[in-house]
Amino acid sequence: MMKNAVEVHDLVVVRGDNEVLHGLDFTIPVGQVTGLLGPSGCGKSTLMRTLVGVQAGVTGTATVFDQPAGARQLRDRVGYVTQAASVYDDLSVTENLAFFAKVLGVDRDEVAKAIDKVDLASHQDQVVSKLSGGQRSRVSLAVALLGTPDLLVLDEPTVGLDPVLRQDLWGLFHRIADGGAAVLVSSHVMDEAERCDRLLLMRDGVFIADGSPAEIKQKTGADDIEQAFLTIVREAA
Amino acid sequence: MTPRITFAVAARVLTQIRRDHRTLAMLLVLPCLLISLLWWMFDGPAAGPSPMFDRFGPGLLAIFPFMVMFLVTSVTTLRERSSGTLERLLAMPMGKVDFLLGYAIAFGVLAAVQSLLAVVLSVYVLDLEVDGPVWLLGVVAVVDAVLGTALGLFVSAFANTEFQAVQFMPLAVVPQILLCGLFVPRPALPDVLQVISDLLPLSYATDAMTDLKHGEETAQIFGLLGIVAGFAVGVLILGAATLRRRTA
Repeated sequence: MMKNAVEVHDLVVVRGDNEVLHGLDFTIPVGQVTGLLGPSGCGKSTLMRTLVGVQAGVTGTATVFDQPAGARQLRDRVGYVTQAASVYDDLSVTENLAFFAKVLGVDRDEVAKAIDKVDLASHQDQVVSKLSGGQRSRVSLAVALLGTPDLLVLDEPTVGLDPVLRQDLWGLFHRIADGGAAVLVSSHVMDEAERCDRLLLMRDGVFIADGSPAEIKQKTGADDIEQAFLTIVREAA
Repeated sequence: MTPRITFAVAARVLTQIRRDHRTLAMLLVLPCLLISLLWWMFDGPAAGPSPMFDRFGPGLLAIFPFMVMFLVTSVTTLRERSSGTLERLLAMPMGKVDFLLGYAIAFGVLAAVQSLLAVVLSVYVLDLEVDGPVWLLGVVAVVDAVLGTALGLFVSAFANTEFQAVQFMPLAVVPQILLCGLFVPRPALPDVLQVISDLLPLSYATDAMTDLKHGEETAQIFGLLGIVAGFAVGVLILGAATLRRRTA
């Protein structure tokens, strides 16, 4: 049986007066890239924030490696990339990474490795504010790779990137998963679905499908995931 | 609290400031320029001798580090909150105390340099008469700066934009400047204002500077300094309460 990195049961998240997630049940296994796909505003980011333990208003259970999500013991085992590049604009790429490495207690030589993984070695001494949007989000991603985390939670890490680079990064995500980590990647772009081992399709705070891309297409008789998504929504209506 | 993380935060904040040449220059040079302006107004060559620079000088040495560090800290932490870096740090093994102390140390160091320049200028160039030990002026200034940093961290929790953060200065800083005894000696204030003045930390910082100038007992000055430090710790604890790991 495959080990689960994340086990969630009856998860409800309320933000202000709105219930954003309506009783989710799911697991995320290690060794796979799990895609969380859905239109923007459907609750993907809220779910990811819950898994890393920074979301308020959570009921139900969410455990990560058998600990409650956000537990102190998990903070150096979970890599998290927020949707906006959360790095310091006025520091260089290396300075950013070196700072976060110190916070995580990770060896200094991990810094160069993480920069290499996101292909920014040629820009390592540049100040982040001088980089393009895509390069900045790669700096943010590199921070999450520090210290080889056991669970990677990536909120739209490939938005706005050059297709060649996007392909490289998906290759990287799979290598990380093959190394025994669990990888959760969100996207609102349905054509990224095919690159995942498994998909959670989300709409309005609930999952409307859960399975491998092939399974979901077969079940709905659709040619691609976008069509499958539409078919499921239409049938439910 | 983890010293490794605390000092990492402090070093990072200092690197950011060092990168920003204009801010650094303003932090270090502006207080000196304003003190020189004050001297020119009151004691300058054309004005003839007057006791006014001696009266206002010590108070200004207390007010500048407080005001400047308040402003810089409230804007920097607000930026940290809105850019997502704070959220990321809190998802890492970082204690809230590490974050707050890191900022306090960084701005304390900056204040030490700032007050070194301001004190040397006031005492050795502009002839501000100080009867107490001159180095103690620097110590009071650093504690003052930490107080400003603590208050800036705290109010940044109530601002959503940098505009709002800057507007907190008239609210949190200006009344303290008016009531600290610089303009009207504290015992001469109306009763109600005297009570309010007793509740504001900058009053004790200004008292400490004035006592130093008049050569009061060092023990008394350390007592006042203790009160200012107590306020700074209290506000830092309040600031810690506003750093929530889990947010809506």
